[in-house]
Amino acid sequence: MQTGQDSLEKIVCEMTVEIKNADGLHMRPAMQFVDVASRFECDISVSNNENTVDGKSIMQMSMLAASCGTRLKIKAEGTDAQESLNALRELVEDKHFDEPTPNKKKKQ
Amino acid sequence: MEIKKGIAVSPGISIAKSLVIDAEDYRIPRRSIQPSQRMTESQRIRNAFAGAIDELTKLEATQDQTEGGKIKDIFAVHLRFLRDRSLKKKMTDLVHSQLVTAEYAVSATMREIASHFTKVKDAYISERAADIYDIERRLLKQLLGKKREDVEHLTEKTVVVARELSPTQTAGFNREFVKGLATDAGGRTSHTAIVARSLGIPAVVALEDLTETIRAGDTVIIDGNRGIVIVNPDEQTISQYQKYSREFLELEYKLDAIREKPAITRDGTKITLLGNIEFPDEAELVLQKGGEGIGLYRTEFLYLNRETDPTEQDHYEAYAETVSVFHDRPVIIRTVDLGADKYTQSKRFAPEPNPFLGLRSIRFCLQNLVMFKTQLHAILRASVLGQVKIMFPLITNLQEMMQAKFILRDVMEDLDEESIPYNRDIEIGIMIETPSAALTAFTLARDIDFFSLGTNDLVQYTLAVDRGNEQVSTLYSAADPAVLRLIRTVIQDAYKAQIDISICGEMASEPEYIMLLLGLGVKTISITPPMIPEIKQIIRSVTIEDCNNVARKILTMNSERQISGYLRNAARKILPEAF
Repeated sequence: MQTGQDSLEKIVCEMTVEIKNADGLHMRPAMQFVDVASRFECDISVSNNENTVDGKSIMQMSMLAASCGTRLKIKAEGTDAQESLNALRELVEDKHFDEPTPNKKKKQ
Repeated sequence: MEIKKGIAVSPGISIAKSLVIDAEDYRIPRRSIQPSQRMTESQRIRNAFAGAIDELTKLEATQDQTEGGKIKDIFAVHLRFLRDRSLKKKMTDLVHSQLVTAEYAVSATMREIASHFTKVKDAYISERAADIYDIERRLLKQLLGKKREDVEHLTEKTVVVARELSPTQTAGFNREFVKGLATDAGGRTSHTAIVARSLGIPAVVALEDLTETIRAGDTVIIDGNRGIVIVNPDEQTISQYQKYSREFLELEYKLDAIREKPAITRDGTKITLLGNIEFPDEAELVLQKGGEGIGLYRTEFLYLNRETDPTEQDHYEAYAETVSVFHDRPVIIRTVDLGADKYTQSKRFAPEPNPFLGLRSIRFCLQNLVMFKTQLHAILRASVLGQVKIMFPLITNLQEMMQAKFILRDVMEDLDEESIPYNRDIEIGIMIETPSAALTAFTLARDIDFFSLGTNDLVQYTLAVDRGNEQVSTLYSAADPAVLRLIRTVIQDAYKAQIDISICGEMASEPEYIMLLLGLGVKTISITPPMIPEIKQIIRSVTIEDCNNVARKILTMNSERQISGYLRNAARKILPEAF
């Protein structure tokens, strides 16, 4: 994780996360992502290799159609950038949207 | 100025501003707007979002948290989409850059997103396109539902333009201001045509892509005599049409003058002219136009535009209102003819793959006895108020007819038990509108009081042509030799059995067919009220001998083209102004 500071107000943070739940970033996870992102003041953009989208727009997030195993780069700009990334990483990688991962799914 | 050619289905001239309405289940055509309308259309999009959010929030609140967790999630996702500013902006941007309507911007945007999903390889994600279509429908419902209200609350003369009009849409029309109809689809006997004729307003159908070339608010001329629609006419065209419209009204006025005169041929044969009606308040129009009774009282209106089925009292009041207008003159009430094109709006029934060959009309009634008996009870109760007759539609065989009669007897016994008076000798008839009924008319005639030829369905079923499909509608013709042969058989069988025969299909309201029908032996004609004066004028101008000659000649002809050409020429000699 890198942290840069352009000015006193503007903090820019970036990180990469991996989608771990089996069904990927479908509608409900996209909603959870947008809900968490929207709690923060900072601008949040998300990109796969092809596109960069607004992390607070469910339309744009769901159109990324990120399946399990996809790596997404998240960039946050604003005073609470760091906190937002922490919260998002927790949602995507630790909680994997409260959904089963491929391994757990097989066991079930 | 753009001139479009379609099929003229209801006479008259109308010059007015247009109101374009779409149906939710159709693809919304791309339609342009003026740059000055951009703000209005963008605001309509924002209002649609607000309305949809409101609707969905209420829906979400009614969902049970424990059981409806999944559904609640879906609603929550849809709400996030509706609150997504970038989605709304995509649509308003489209309105501004492409100058398209709010409906088109919504539809195009959502379909683009949906197609993005369907292309994703992951099956789970690609199925999400269904959610997008769902949100599209919700937004369109906001936009189009508002428009439907607009039709009901018009404040100036308007012509309504649509791809196709459904009974639910036309039932809400404000008659004072809707002055003409024009549709992309449809044929001479489509619902639009029937409604326009019963309202006495001009209509042109089968215009193919009119809804794509017209903009709401454009001035439109509907020429229901020649089947022409002119979008944004120039000054010269407007004044030409105003002159033509005056001349046409004068002809109508002349025809109205013969209202009091009887429908008798020059050689003294009396023809009975009755009216076809859809709503009770049209009964007055039949009298105004010189009709002698009701030959076809359609009762489907009772079921349309309402949440619950009509009660027996609802039925009774509608019938009593009409019968009281006619006192001792005949009112033929047709039992409910739902199914196929007429009841498909309802979500209560599963869609059928082939509705015109499916559970419709009398078949539907025989399988829904409670509903059927409710109607029969009301008709019988109204039978003491005047000369009421009962008619069963779409009979295809003897058993069906006997079954329907048996149920009627059953209801009569119920009335006896309740000590409710009714006319024990009420006349019972059937519509002959399937080839099987026409071919067995001889047998059916033994157990029934009258026949009524329903030519709309008879033509469709005989020639296997969907009358509403503009790609084959030219094949739909009552002048086809096969149809005419069936009609002749039915008339002859009715004569042999000495029962009454009338004709109530659209064929009888087309001036060119009158001589042929009289020549074939028809003495009772039931038509749409506005056509009564014109048809009477023709009857008063011919002799039965001339008509017999026409019929004899026609029956030797083998092609539809030859027959319709001959009929048109014969009619033109009788009443040149009408053609």
